[in-house]
Amino acid sequence: MTKWFETHLPKMVLAPSFIAVLIFVYGFIAWTAWVSFTRSKLLPRYDLDGVIQYERLFASPRWDTAMNNLFLFGALFIGIAMVLGLALAILLDQRIRIEGAIRTIYLYPMALSMIVTGTAWKWILNPGLGIEATVRGWGFESFTFDWLVNPDFAIYTIVLAAIWQSSGFVMALFLAGLRSVDGEIIKAAQVDGIPTWRIYSAIIIPSMAPIFLSAFIVLSHLAIKSFDLVIALTGGGPGYATDLPATYMYAMAFSRGDIGQAASSAMIMMLVVFAIVVPYLYSELRAKND
Amino acid sequence: MTDLAASATPAARPRRGAGRIALRWGLYLLLCLFALYYLLPLFVMVTTSLKSLDEIRSGSLVALPRDITFEAWRTAWSGACTGIQCEGLRPYFWNSVLLAVPAVLISTVVGALNGYVVAQWRFRGANIIFSLMLFGCFIPFQVVLLPMARLLGLMGIAGTIPGLIFVHVIYGIGFTTLFFRNYYVTIPSELVKAAKVDGAGFFRIFFAIFMPLSLPILVVSVIWQFTQIWNDFLFGVSFSSAGTQPVTVALNNIVNSTTGVKAYNVDMAAAIIAALPTLLVYIVAGKYFIRGLTAGSVKG
Repeated sequence: MTKWFETHLPKMVLAPSFIAVLIFVYGFIAWTAWVSFTRSKLLPRYDLDGVIQYERLFASPRWDTAMNNLFLFGALFIGIAMVLGLALAILLDQRIRIEGAIRTIYLYPMALSMIVTGTAWKWILNPGLGIEATVRGWGFESFTFDWLVNPDFAIYTIVLAAIWQSSGFVMALFLAGLRSVDGEIIKAAQVDGIPTWRIYSAIIIPSMAPIFLSAFIVLSHLAIKSFDLVIALTGGGPGYATDLPATYMYAMAFSRGDIGQAASSAMIMMLVVFAIVVPYLYSELRAKND
Repeated sequence: MTDLAASATPAARPRRGAGRIALRWGLYLLLCLFALYYLLPLFVMVTTSLKSLDEIRSGSLVALPRDITFEAWRTAWSGACTGIQCEGLRPYFWNSVLLAVPAVLISTVVGALNGYVVAQWRFRGANIIFSLMLFGCFIPFQVVLLPMARLLGLMGIAGTIPGLIFVHVIYGIGFTTLFFRNYYVTIPSELVKAAKVDGAGFFRIFFAIFMPLSLPILVVSVIWQFTQIWNDFLFGVSFSSAGTQPVTVALNNIVNSTTGVKAYNVDMAAAIIAALPTLLVYIVAGKYFIRGLTAGSVKG
């Protein structure tokens, strides 16, 4: 009996977590999927009724805005954060004396809550008292910087704040990547008199492909989940100009009492995440098992 | 200044002279400009929080405060309104502490044991279980919000701090398991085999051999979980009620509270208060913080 207990103890230790994941991740996804095919309103109903919620979702101009915003925000945020992160990493890789201090400064926003970041930038971008007023105070009376309250530009303030928050982290990822490149190859190239920029563009950067992939995965994941930043910075406004799928889902679930819509929008969010993450995880796990 | 002209990692052509030095200065200037970009919001937050409202309205965003006043800090901590209540951030700050501490501890202990099993006691199916758990780290939480709200209601812990602890533990185990698994997998399995031959059991080996080796990853896991849970807003806003909101939700309510005059200095003081614990952790243990970030993202 004790022998049996000993051999099965590891399984018993893992079992509660495994059951929790089965229920609270996979079971809950199944629940949400099911409800997304019903006419649930304020309370969930369980009688299936086809794809009505998805039809409503795709017909909704607000959802349309949210998805467009996601792609615009995602593309700009990921693109700029990667370019900026890589540039900063390369600059920092030149034997900088105060590298530690500079790295600390570049990375600290990552420790902040998105609500804090949003609050700070909301104040800085506030047209009446922030950057706009300050630059006007310097004598440039016609200077306008009203992105925060301009429906056409408000989404770019989210991009701005998100980049501020996360680009230091991308820098840290790339810096670690730069440091892991084989020093012998670089020395050999230097001996051959190859210019520095060529060493970077032809040798170092191509060898960091896995880091680019990781950075892309993390940033796209951050983009899709972006919720707090929008809530704190613009509240989804003006109107719903800066809605993202995450804020749409939340509004449907907790203020509109439209559970069917909330569930179907959550499912679409999950599909977008899976389209990006599954190929990555699959290749990672395969590489590990080989 | 010899170091300036000396060889750097790849940019390392030992070329001396004025051009080289100018390049170095340019490089430092650029790095400092970027440092300014990252620091400016913090600077503006701190200075704004120390100004009076009159000074904010009349002065410039980047000006230093003329008369430093801590009034905004006092209001933010104990008097600002989060809706109808005007008790400041204090009660919500303690809510966050009360929920973060147990959630961090429980998820870290569970993650350590899970990682130990997955890395060192492999049984058939262990890899699949680990993959399934790992996958759970990547889901957008929106997909579990609705059923979780129902379940917390059924369990009678909706809108309570234990309810929030429960949620944070459940969705934190994936990450903590990943951390410990990746760490323990580097410990040779001969160690476990030898200990088994000597008659040590599962828990004995864990506490006598693995625990003493675990300090670095323990720190990483605790810091990661603490930052995640302290900074969480989605679960906080979805699953808390008026008295049990965490500090992030209260901060957002203070900033968006429509009663009275807009007090930007109080908003900024409140934002800094809400940010202080994680900032402090970052400053004290930044190395581990970064390790957690990269481990959570790079290693699958």
